[in-house]
Amino acid sequence: MIHHIDLGSVLRGSVSEQYTNLVTRPTGKSVRGAIEALLGDDEDGDAVTVIDFTHVGLLDFSCADEIIAKLLQRYDAREPADAPAAVYFIFRGLNDLHIEAIEWVLQHHGLALVAEPADGEPHLIGAVDDDERMVWSMVGRIGACTALVVAEQAGFEPYRAERALVDLWHRRLLRCENGQFLAARVAS
Amino acid sequence: MSTVINIPSSLDDAGIEKVLEQLATVPADAPVLLDARHARWASPYGLTAMLAIGQSRLEKATFSGPEAEEVASYWARTGFYKHAEGIFHLSGHVPKGRTPGESEVLLEVTPIAASEDVHNVVARIQHKAQQILQNLHIDSKATMGFAMTLSEACQNIIEHAGTGGWVAVQVYEWRKRLGRRVVVIAVTDAGQGFRRSLETTQGRRLTDRWDDGTALEEAVLRGVSRFTDKGRGQGLAGIRRYVGRWDGKLTVRSGTARLAIIPTWDDDIPLTKNLPAFPGAQMQIVIPERLTR
Repeated sequence: MIHHIDLGSVLRGSVSEQYTNLVTRPTGKSVRGAIEALLGDDEDGDAVTVIDFTHVGLLDFSCADEIIAKLLQRYDAREPADAPAAVYFIFRGLNDLHIEAIEWVLQHHGLALVAEPADGEPHLIGAVDDDERMVWSMVGRIGACTALVVAEQAGFEPYRAERALVDLWHRRLLRCENGQFLAARVAS
Repeated sequence: MSTVINIPSSLDDAGIEKVLEQLATVPADAPVLLDARHARWASPYGLTAMLAIGQSRLEKATFSGPEAEEVASYWARTGFYKHAEGIFHLSGHVPKGRTPGESEVLLEVTPIAASEDVHNVVARIQHKAQQILQNLHIDSKATMGFAMTLSEACQNIIEHAGTGGWVAVQVYEWRKRLGRRVVVIAVTDAGQGFRRSLETTQGRRLTDRWDDGTALEEAVLRGVSRFTDKGRGQGLAGIRRYVGRWDGKLTVRSGTARLAIIPTWDDDIPLTKNLPAFPGAQMQIVIPERLTR
């Protein structure tokens, strides 16, 4: 199951037809609520959801915190108290200023996300360590693979590769199927 | 009989302190006449803080505006009189029929009370800011950062003041102090202020040295908020970062204290305590023109 959520449309539908900017916490809260309602319709889990910023003007820190940070926290399996089914987010249409606000709040919370630019390779934004960044890129490059394969390719001890991969999976930055790790991707 | 408060000829942040010194001994329910007849100049901070002073009076104050036609006309164009009408008894010369908004007024004096006010302010500032900041040799990327900063500053009122406030943005020549043009954001309110806002947090441990100055340090320098969730307090941190990146200056006054984030071109005092008490919070952000080589 793949969702495509145009954040500009969600903003106009849930807050005001007149708005193009994601500013203020109340706005962020309404938009996040609308996104969660859209995701809530999917009972299957393991869904990839594209959050598309293309039609969003400004994003301020408060709104980034209210939408992005809280959304990622809710689906982060490291905090499983009320974590719903697995949802993998891919963020598209981010400009430099969106990224600045998002990076700031992600670092603050120790979170990360997958950004897929229109004219470049997917990459991680936010709080990831060197091991995580390296194995994430490796999985994206070689496709579905086990921790052992990644360890060999990276020159890591297996436990080190597995630790990074499992952490990325719990953070919903990678998928895991039948013992193999793979990138969350959407055919364009 | 009203106490007459003399408004200095230059109504900026220093001028407002002189007003507050005079008001310090006057009870909030006593009648006052704010006499600005001889005022020659006002910054966005001066104009918005004047409205906040009016808001803070239990007995509606009387305001006598500038006598000089060009000064009165300018105050009208900033939108000051539009809002002053509802806050003060206006006496003396009141300019009529002036439309707010002129080239150097980036954002006229605008009330902020709810989230939609912030949306409107950000939408209005975006186009004009781009044009004006480019003239200050501040690149277009900074324009969006500027709007983000403005948004966060305004939200501070909604989240913490417990009352409405005011915002104004203006570009002007800071010839004496800097020899450059500056863009100035002023955001003021007469609400509960930082100390009382932080005191509303359950379980906050108040130390012996807890006062307005400490509250400002906590909120502005350490990002502490009355809300306990971890994401709070990032707005002010974001403002500090933007101001630092553009070699700007940030001052926040609340209660009896004033905290300044000071750039190299200024020699202000980082933390001033024991100022005349005034409710709410008053923030000023100054971004100077970039010098081109």
